[in-house]
Amino acid sequence: MSSSSSSVPKQPLSGWGRYPLVDSYLQRPEKVSSLTKIIQTAENKPVLARGAGRSYGDAAICPSCTIITERLNRMLAFDEESGILACETGVTIKEIVEIFSPRGWFLAVTPGTKFVTVGGAIAFDVHGKNHYRDGSFSRHVCNLKLMLASGEVVQCSSQENSDLFWATVGGMGLTGIIMEVEIALRPIQTAYIKAKSIKAKNLDETLALFEEYEPQYQYSVAWIDCLASGQSLGRSRLSFGSHAAIADLNQEQQAAPLKLKPKPSCKVPFDFPAGLLNRYTMSCFNAFYYHRQRSWQVQSVVDYDSFFYPLDFLRDWNRLYGKRGFIQYQCVFPTEVSREALVRVLQLCAQKGWGTFLAVLKRLGSQEGWLSFPTPGFTLALDMPIKPGLERFLVQLDRLVIEYGGRVYLAKDARLSPEAFRSMYPHFLRWLEVKSQIDPYNRFSSAMSKRLQIESAKERIKV
Amino acid sequence: MKEAVLVVGATSSIARSLASKMGQQGTALHLAARDRFEVERIAKDIAIRYQVPVSWSIFDALDRDSHADLLQKALDHLDRLDGVAVFLGELGNQEKAQREFDCAEQIIHSNYTGVASILTHAANYLEKQRHGFIICLSSVAGDRGRQSNYVYGAAKGALSLFLQGLRNRLAKSNVRVLTVKPGFVDTKMTFGKSGMFLMAKPEQVASAVIRALQKNKLVVYVPWFWFWIMLIIRSIPEFLFKRLSL
Ligand SMILES: Cc1cc2nc3c(=O)[nH]c(=O)nc-3n(C[C@H](O)[C@H](O)[C@H](O)COP(=O)(O)OP(=O)(O)OC[C@H]3O[C@@H](n4cnc5c(N)ncnc54)[C@H](O)[C@@H]3O)c2cc1C
Ligand SMILES: NC(=O)c1ccc[n+]([C@@H]2O[C@H](COP(=O)([O-])OP(=O)(O)OC[C@H]3O[C@@H](n4cnc5c(N)ncnc54)[C@H](OP(=O)(O)O)[C@@H]3O)[C@@H](O)[C@H]2O)c1
Repeated sequence: MSSSSSSVPKQPLSGWGRYPLVDSYLQRPEKVSSLTKIIQTAENKPVLARGAGRSYGDAAICPSCTIITERLNRMLAFDEESGILACETGVTIKEIVEIFSPRGWFLAVTPGTKFVTVGGAIAFDVHGKNHYRDGSFSRHVCNLKLMLASGEVVQCSSQENSDLFWATVGGMGLTGIIMEVEIALRPIQTAYIKAKSIKAKNLDETLALFEEYEPQYQYSVAWIDCLASGQSLGRSRLSFGSHAAIADLNQEQQAAPLKLKPKPSCKVPFDFPAGLLNRYTMSCFNAFYYHRQRSWQVQSVVDYDSFFYPLDFLRDWNRLYGKRGFIQYQCVFPTEVSREALVRVLQLCAQKGWGTFLAVLKRLGSQEGWLSFPTPGFTLALDMPIKPGLERFLVQLDRLVIEYGGRVYLAKDARLSPEAFRSMYPHFLRWLEVKSQIDPYNRFSSAMSKRLQIESAKERIKV
Repeated sequence: MKEAVLVVGATSSIARSLASKMGQQGTALHLAARDRFEVERIAKDIAIRYQVPVSWSIFDALDRDSHADLLQKALDHLDRLDGVAVFLGELGNQEKAQREFDCAEQIIHSNYTGVASILTHAANYLEKQRHGFIICLSSVAGDRGRQSNYVYGAAKGALSLFLQGLRNRLAKSNVRVLTVKPGFVDTKMTFGKSGMFLMAKPEQVASAVIRALQKNKLVVYVPWFWFWIMLIIRSIPEFLFKRLSL
């Protein structure tokens, strides 16, 4: 794969977890016509779109030609009546919320960081803290335009070319390049969230509180101290919230209910030494976080940034895990077995000391995309630094996830096996049929798709 | 009433960034570029984000007869004109330009003759109304001729001199002329090219230009340290310089 039009050397590329690092040729078109040209002249070289590189593993890397979409970020139309925004897919969540929240509109679904692109949000069909109610990102996509391997652009939606649509949302960039989308924003009265924070002593209490408060709030999430064990196994801080009405705000906030003052952010200036985030520092941090909130319940009105994107205040926080990087292991368990499965995962973590910072627990509902991650149940995300023994531990977790009929989120993955992937994603074959039709020669390919052996049937016959 | 500005070469990402920042301040804009499809998208983007009037038209630096029209079109859309910002430029292929003068000529037209033509129309209009500003992108490459890009550098050097003279002429008419000399900027002009260092982002350049305009600067290097780098490079005696491989 050494032939490239320019003399520029390959550059090492990774995801947010900084593992793995793969040398890749980069392109960064600033015009639609340049993108078409790249696709049409790259002959048979594999290509792939890359958004903000906020997926954790190897999903957004293609060694022969990774196409960065950041400069294709034009907003093309906005309907003030319906709140429908047409834009190119390099537009970020940050741009959308910053431009439209002062005008009374917000995204219906947002992930936990605003530094991702619309393209990335669709290609992994991302979920927010309201999946249970509102579905994932694709549910609010009215239609999208996809550039196929031929350079031809096809429009699709849940109504039109729907097979292509359900293969593309959650399709990890492997069906083509999503060029433009129309997404429906949701009206808000204020830029604030009426939030309730509750502490739970253990897992049963945590799950019971989800049941109790979910009907009253739009958003819910829990941070579990996964290093706590015994009686405290699964102790957590739950956070619920709903978009605040004007009446919920204090006087100062009411003066400009949709405007937020810019807040300073800080940056991790260098790579931390690898061993710094270890079991002891982590459990201290987790205990501190858990006990910091003194009373069992706190009610407050917070701005949307603090509620949805708490980590964005610390830029480059992935450097805390050192040069070797880290893995975020996010899995979901079906509702019926959630409790049992979570107990086993948390026990394993506490025993082996593998869970690190607070683990995030969210509720998911059902989702239509064929490779979309969400399925009804509870999802847990654990951050773990790369070090010897990790893979053995994760394989154990994989087995447990498969045993309970769950799955691992590929947006966070860097090491799952092809077999494990196939047992977790039952609609894969259906997806593969569409892929084989529109991209028989696997022009769209990534380090992840190679690893998981996600390839068109025709190609496999040919080899 | 809010300002109105004509941006020429609007498909440059530095231009887009500057236009966005001006739009954010409420400035009405007319964008001109040769790529119809792209300039329309950029116009829509700025209009949606900042809720200001943004119109556009097609323009080719090499088609000099059309340059008077461009100013008229901008005026038709904007009703007034407070400033003209020109981002035209083409790095070109130095090696090819050495072999084929047609190629060199094209570089000279895109970076100098075509730009000078548009600047002449803009200057005449602003001089008459006795108010306004001109921003024009030259380059540090115009500060000293180097074997690796002297055709581009010479055109930019000529442009810098042209702007200097224009500034002198327009001073008495209350029209400001700002010469911008960027170092390396991370745009499609430089993407993937080897030998780039101290790369600035287009937004950084745009912010520096706005600041320079507010402070009534005349010539600005962006980022600022290029002033010092070029001071050193210019001070190397020619008999030594000719031996360097720069
Ligand atoms: C701090 C943090 C919090 C997160 N929280 C959540 C969360 O709450 N919920 C959730 O679901 N996810 C979450 N994520 C994961 C993140 O939302 C997804 O990985 C998302 O895909 C990242 O988008 P990106 O623009 O960075 O895409 P990249 O990482 O660059 O790419 C991701 C995939 O999208 C494809 N792609 C990108 N652009 C296009 C395009 N234009 N056309 C076709 N394919 C394209 C790429 O090929 C790749 O397969 C979080 C990530 C971080 C770092
Ligand atoms: N990037 C750097 O490192 C750097 C350094 C110093 C100075 N500069 C100067 O900064 C300015 C902006 O450059 P950039 O980096 O943003 O690169 P760019 O994207 O290539 O911008 C150049 C602009 O000039 C236009 N153009 C070129 N020839 C033209 C012609 N004949 N007719 C009409 N339009 C023409 C281009 O149009 P198309 O989009 O249609 O090509 C584009 O809008 C240029 O003057 C450049 O010389 C850049």
